Amino acid sequence: MATVNIAGKDVELDEEGFLTNLADWNRDVAEYMAKEEKVDMTESHWEVIDFLREYYDEYQIAPAIRVLTKAIGKKLGPDKGNNKYLYELFPYGPAKQACKIGGLPKPTGCI
Amino acid sequence: MLHIVNKSPSERNSVDTCLGHAKDGSAVLLIEDAVYAATAGNMSEAKVKAAMPNVKVYALGPDLAARGMSARVLDGVNVVDYGGFVDLVAEHSNCQSWL
Amino acid sequence: MSDEMDMEEGGTIKKFMFVNRKAPYGTIYALESLEVVLISAAFEQDVSLAFIDDGVYQLMKNINTDGIEMKSFSKTYRALEGYDIEKLYVERESLEARGLSEDDLVVDVQVVGAAEMADLMNEQDVVLSF
Repeated sequence: MATVNIAGKDVELDEEGFLTNLADWNRDVAEYMAKEEKVDMTESHWEVIDFLREYYDEYQIAPAIRVLTKAIGKKLGPDKGNNKYLYELFPYGPAKQACKIGGLPKPTGCI
Repeated sequence: MLHIVNKSPSERNSVDTCLGHAKDGSAVLLIEDAVYAATAGNMSEAKVKAAMPNVKVYALGPDLAARGMSARVLDGVNVVDYGGFVDLVAEHSNCQSWL
Repeated sequence: MSDEMDMEEGGTIKKFMFVNRKAPYGTIYALESLEVVLISAAFEQDVSLAFIDDGVYQLMKNINTDGIEMKSFSKTYRALEGYDIEKLYVERESLEARGLSEDDLVVDVQVVGAAEMADLMNEQDVVLSF
C-alpha cells in the first residue's frame, strides 16, 4: 500500500499500483498510471480506456482479453478488435495495463 | 453418476435435493454428517426409503461408527469402508459432491 | 480480464456444470462460483450453470448492495453471454417454492423441471457444487 499525490490529491495504491478506491480515478490519475507503465496516452489509448470503463460500469468486472477484443471489434470495428492492435497500444498486456490506467481492479483470473 | 453428500439432513437440504436429482440406477454415498440420513428415526428416513428401490444408497462405516450410529442403519443401506468409497468412485464415470 | 493464452487446439472438450444452491451475499459461495465460471471460460469447455434451491436468489433483479458495503455481482451474470457461456438452467420447482418466476431474474435463462435438471447433471463430465 502506498499513497501518492497526483495533481494535488492523495491517492492510495495497492502493492501492484492499482487504485485502492475506484472512486479516486480521474484523467490525471490515468495519466500518472500511464507514465508509470511507460505508455504515452493517445486518442487511441483513451478510446480503449473509455470502453473498458463502460464495460466495467455495465457488468462490474473487467473483461478477459478475448472478451475485450471481441467487444471492441463489435463497437469500434475489426481493425481495432484484434490482439495486435491492443498489444501495440499496451505492450505489457492490454488486460492488466489498461485496467490499471483505467482505475479498475486487477482483472479476475489474471495471473 | 455417483452422488456424494456430507451434510446432516437436519441442518441442510443437501440430502433432500440430492435424492430429488438422483436418476434411477445412480448411487448416493452418504459420508460425514450425512450418514445420519441413513439411520432409523431420522427425519429423512422416509425419503431415503422411497429412493432406495431405484437408487443405491451407501453410507461410510467409519463415519457411522464415529457418531455411534452403526446399529441404527436402515435396512437396504450398504455400509462401505474407505476401500469401498474408492471402488464407488472408480466404478462411476462421473460424480457430484453436493454442498 | 486476463492475458491468458488460448488453449492448444485439438484438446478434448468436456461438459462442465456449475451447480449453485446458495443465496448470494450471506456466504461467499455464489461469488466464488461466478469467478470460477469466468476463469473457466478461458479453457473453452462446454460450460453450463444450474441454479437450484436458494441458488435461484442469485439471479434476482433489483439487487442493491450499497447498504451492506459489499460489491454487487448481479450485473456480471449478464456478461456471461460475452464469455460464450449461454447455458443457464434454473429449476422451476425452486422458483415456485420461493414465489418467483422467470420475469424476476436479471438474465435470460432456461427454466427446467427437476427431472430435466437431473438429466442435465447426469450427462456432465464434471459437476462442481457451490
